[in-house]
Amino acid sequence: MANPAVTASQTGPEVVAALEPVDNAVLGLWIWLSAEAVFFASLIGTYLLMRTHTNHGLTPKQVFDLPVTLVGTLTLLASSMTFAIGYAQLRAGRLARFRSWLIVTVILGLGFLSFQAFEFTGDYKRGLTLSSSPFGSAFFTLTGFHGMHVAFGVFWLLSLLVYSFRPAFKTEGVTKAQVAGLYWHFVDVVWVVIFSVVYLLGKVG
Amino acid sequence: MDRKRWKRMARWAPAAVVAMLALSGCGFLQGRQSVLDPAGPVAQGQLGLIESSFWIMIEIFIVVAAVLVVALIRFRARPGQTDLPPQVHGDNRLEFLWTIVPALLLALLAVGTVKQSFADTGSPLVPHSMVVQVTGHQFWWAFTYPSLGVVTANELHVPVGQKIELALTSADVLHSFWVPRLAGKTDLVPGKINYIWFQADKPGLYYGQCAEFCGTGHADMRLIVDAQTPAKFSQWVATMSHPDSTPTTALAKAGEKLFGTIGCSTCHTVGGTTFAGAVGPNLTDLTGRLMIAANTYPNTPKNLYNWVHDAPAMKPGVLMPSFSYLKPPQVKALVAFLESLK
Amino acid sequence: MAATTERIPHVIPRSDAYHENKLLSWLSVVDHKRIAQLYLMAGLLFFLTGGIEAFIMRLQLAHPNGHVVSAVLFNQLFTMHGTTMIFLAIMPMLIGFVNAVLPLQIGARDVAYPRLNALSFWLFLAGGLLLNSSWFLGGAPNAGWFNYVPISNPPYSPGLGVDFYDIGLQIAGIGTLMTGINFLVTLVNLRAPGMRLMRLPMFAWTVLVTMVLILFAFPPLTVTLFLQTFERLFGAQFFSVAAGGNPLLWSNMFWIFGHPEVYILILPAFGIISEVVPVFSRKPLFGYTSMVLATLAIGFLSFMVWVHHMFTLGYGPFVNSIFALTSMMIAIPTGVKVFNWLATMWGGQIRFTTSMLWAIGFLFCFVLGGMSGVMLAIAPADLQYNNSYFVVAHFHYVLIGGTLFALFAGIYYWFPKMTGRMLSERLGKWNFWLTLIGFNITFFPMHFLGLMGMPRRIYTYAPGNGFTFWNEVSTFGVFILAAGILFFLVNLVTSLQRGEKAANDPWDARSLEWSISSPAPPYNFAKIPLVRGADPFWLEKMHGNGHMLPAPGQEHHHGPPNTVHMPRPTMIPLIIAVALLILGYGFIYHALVVEIVGFMVLAVGLHRSMFTPDPGEYVPIEEEPAEEVGADG
Repeated sequence: MANPAVTASQTGPEVVAALEPVDNAVLGLWIWLSAEAVFFASLIGTYLLMRTHTNHGLTPKQVFDLPVTLVGTLTLLASSMTFAIGYAQLRAGRLARFRSWLIVTVILGLGFLSFQAFEFTGDYKRGLTLSSSPFGSAFFTLTGFHGMHVAFGVFWLLSLLVYSFRPAFKTEGVTKAQVAGLYWHFVDVVWVVIFSVVYLLGKVG
Repeated sequence: MDRKRWKRMARWAPAAVVAMLALSGCGFLQGRQSVLDPAGPVAQGQLGLIESSFWIMIEIFIVVAAVLVVALIRFRARPGQTDLPPQVHGDNRLEFLWTIVPALLLALLAVGTVKQSFADTGSPLVPHSMVVQVTGHQFWWAFTYPSLGVVTANELHVPVGQKIELALTSADVLHSFWVPRLAGKTDLVPGKINYIWFQADKPGLYYGQCAEFCGTGHADMRLIVDAQTPAKFSQWVATMSHPDSTPTTALAKAGEKLFGTIGCSTCHTVGGTTFAGAVGPNLTDLTGRLMIAANTYPNTPKNLYNWVHDAPAMKPGVLMPSFSYLKPPQVKALVAFLESLK
Repeated sequence: MAATTERIPHVIPRSDAYHENKLLSWLSVVDHKRIAQLYLMAGLLFFLTGGIEAFIMRLQLAHPNGHVVSAVLFNQLFTMHGTTMIFLAIMPMLIGFVNAVLPLQIGARDVAYPRLNALSFWLFLAGGLLLNSSWFLGGAPNAGWFNYVPISNPPYSPGLGVDFYDIGLQIAGIGTLMTGINFLVTLVNLRAPGMRLMRLPMFAWTVLVTMVLILFAFPPLTVTLFLQTFERLFGAQFFSVAAGGNPLLWSNMFWIFGHPEVYILILPAFGIISEVVPVFSRKPLFGYTSMVLATLAIGFLSFMVWVHHMFTLGYGPFVNSIFALTSMMIAIPTGVKVFNWLATMWGGQIRFTTSMLWAIGFLFCFVLGGMSGVMLAIAPADLQYNNSYFVVAHFHYVLIGGTLFALFAGIYYWFPKMTGRMLSERLGKWNFWLTLIGFNITFFPMHFLGLMGMPRRIYTYAPGNGFTFWNEVSTFGVFILAAGILFFLVNLVTSLQRGEKAANDPWDARSLEWSISSPAPPYNFAKIPLVRGADPFWLEKMHGNGHMLPAPGQEHHHGPPNTVHMPRPTMIPLIIAVALLILGYGFIYHALVVEIVGFMVLAVGLHRSMFTPDPGEYVPIEEEPAEEVGADG
């Protein structure tokens, strides 16, 4: 090929071209989260359709325990806050404090998961199961998928914690933390919607 | 020269239209299930929309095809061409034109669409109609006439010239009620009732079949609408209301006994007897039926024999079990009993 | 998240094992061009599988009361034919073209996430193999490709077939979703300097909109597949009427996915036609801006028409009217596209290459499919067409006459750039004419059959209905169609081995991929090109020196001279896909041990993908003076 560009002795960077206003990872995560939003919207739609179909069994009103749920909700909300504080520490270059706040966030995430485990076992004892009614199916599927997202988030944050001890973290850490944080906040926001649509509406309607 | 080509094209266009017309309207596309041979107002209205949209589409197709063919001939590359054709990037007026013209044509179709949509749909309020409840089963049809107290299966008897309203539902999976010469299809959905109406203008048999895949026997879930004169229809109702199901011969009596003992009656109801199963088709006045096995086989003693002997061998997927363990005399007795249901 | 690692200062030797061993090099592939070849080959194999299924069905239907196959087998055949063709043949082949062409067209060296790209492919293959393995494991799914409930629910489909459908499509679908994310980021971030959005080739635009559709259409499919998986495997009650569930939930969720899916299948085909027609007319695409707007409009409208698949479900005249109107509206932007293609040809110098013949065939057949589509949108008339052979005719005109013909136009057009060899034009013309004629003989009579009252999905029909003649004609056509496809296979095999060597720009084309060597080198562009306008390569040929100028700012390079830093091959994507395959079988068979193994392999794969960032490797630039290549560490 007689392209004069090639005969130049210097060569280009690599895969990435010159246009890169947003980091690949951050942009990709935003796009992924928009698909996740549609995923949860579909599940919430399903729940709204099914919530009154109780198959002569337990109704949302009988099942939900608002005070307990509120504790779980606040735990998760707090975890978003602790992560945000930790991220600010990381940006300011205080790695050790970032790690401490990350650990607090992980503990709060685990706290939310134990709330959910507590809630699910209580429901099963009372007779609301995945197969007891369409309401039960939709409830456990929606909140269960959310719980799996939280669990995956905890796994991710733990990985971030381990990764923060590697030398490469000095250069890539902020982006990695930003991406993990975006995900974590998203999962949190989804829970706020679930809390309103499932629990509050369930107690009112 | 180009104009000459245009003219030649123009001469061909009507011929193409005629050919299309021949294909669409011609007799060989008509049959006992043909959409193109409507026999009632609903199917007639739907065919009207099919035809008007068909003509609009054909016109557009002829324009597109003509432009394409002319372009291919006129602007084909020729050997020795070195100059570049004019590098035209677009033309706002033309682009606007071919946005707006199709939109107007579609608007035309849209008006008819909305009108007919509302006209076709039955509701519990269609005046002067006779209501029939239709329940789909794997793989047969149950018809109940609440106002007449009549229940039958697979052959829907209706009086001509009267609006018939169907309340459609399903006992198991999705089915779809389709008798093309009378009306377009509507699905039978478990847990939901869909209303449609139709009217047969002339007496006769109208054929159809299930049009929503419902399992192994889907292809064999067929339908007959028997449109009768009001007098004949009343006669049929009278027969169904006071069926003669008492066997007269010894063989048929033995068959009746077997019907109760080997399990037939757990599924089938026979009017005028104590047999009242509700799983399979109602067999009242079975001799009056043209076909058996949801209109898959003619109602002859031989077919009936084979059916009772081993239904799954005749109709894949049928839920009626095989009775091949019965001895031939037993099957004969059952057939004799069934042959006595009037 | 592989890719960018210019921060690693030291020289990394090339991972030789992955390059020298042929099998390993394919299993560890991350290069978008080779992934494209995998997609196209696997897609072609699934296409032939689906074709054989169709062929058997046509034999069965050639005569009334046919006895070629049983009702049970027939129902599996049509279910697998539809599912295979849509999810495992057409869509992967389109994604194959996207992989082969898109990074080249926008002046990028690969996609944004090369590893994720490989994972997408392996997941598609895993899902496809899992689904097709059902043939040997107790019977394929048999509830139709849209798998309506209740027929697909446990009481009516007790076998494992539907489980294979749910889990196979789930795995393949995750791969597709990742493709969507990957190419959206690629299109936003990796465009060469100067490649503004309104300079993107039309193919790239259609890919952009397609990937958005994937992004928003696949999650509802994911959800509804999960709902059914839970219902079938764990006893959940979403659809069961007895427990108060709603079977129409599936229908709606499926078509909320399913209709955008139809446009996922046709938009890239539009893109291919928009590339081929201008090149072989020697004119720019007519009405670029209105083409872009039409693509966006089609993408937008595709989400608001799903009920037109369910006009017969009894949603009432009001709902049906609204969805009829939105469906008709799609004809407007589609018409704009067709007229713009015609105007592109008008006044040009049309070369009848095989690729162009396919594009012309596309125009005829796709327009017919579009017309029957408008007819189907008329809700009351659709009550007659719905679920009849008229619909079968319609979507085959769109999917074969539309998408498949465009795929053929694309393969004849881009084959030189993919392989460095030309496909035979002589065999290509046999391929085209036989396929075109066979296709029309097979599928045009299906319009008639539908109007004569023949429902789809019936394994047999009564002689008295008058369906026999047109069914015989249709089955006759299949033989010609099959012969046409056979000519393609022969062309493919012979041309790969001894086809004419391709020049860099054999068609006198307009976009960036033709400015580099054929086949494209592993790094695509030794220098990222500077895009100075729409149709950038044409622009340089007309107004420049015929070569792309390098974009400024590429003087800085960490690695050895005359190398390009490229992603390193890796087995991680394959490991993750295998893990999901194992998990899939574990769930289908309720085998806890298998599930645990699958989870463990998955954990290993995810761990490695998180903690082994891609160091990349330095790929030497080809066609350099020998002494400089020797300097490569």
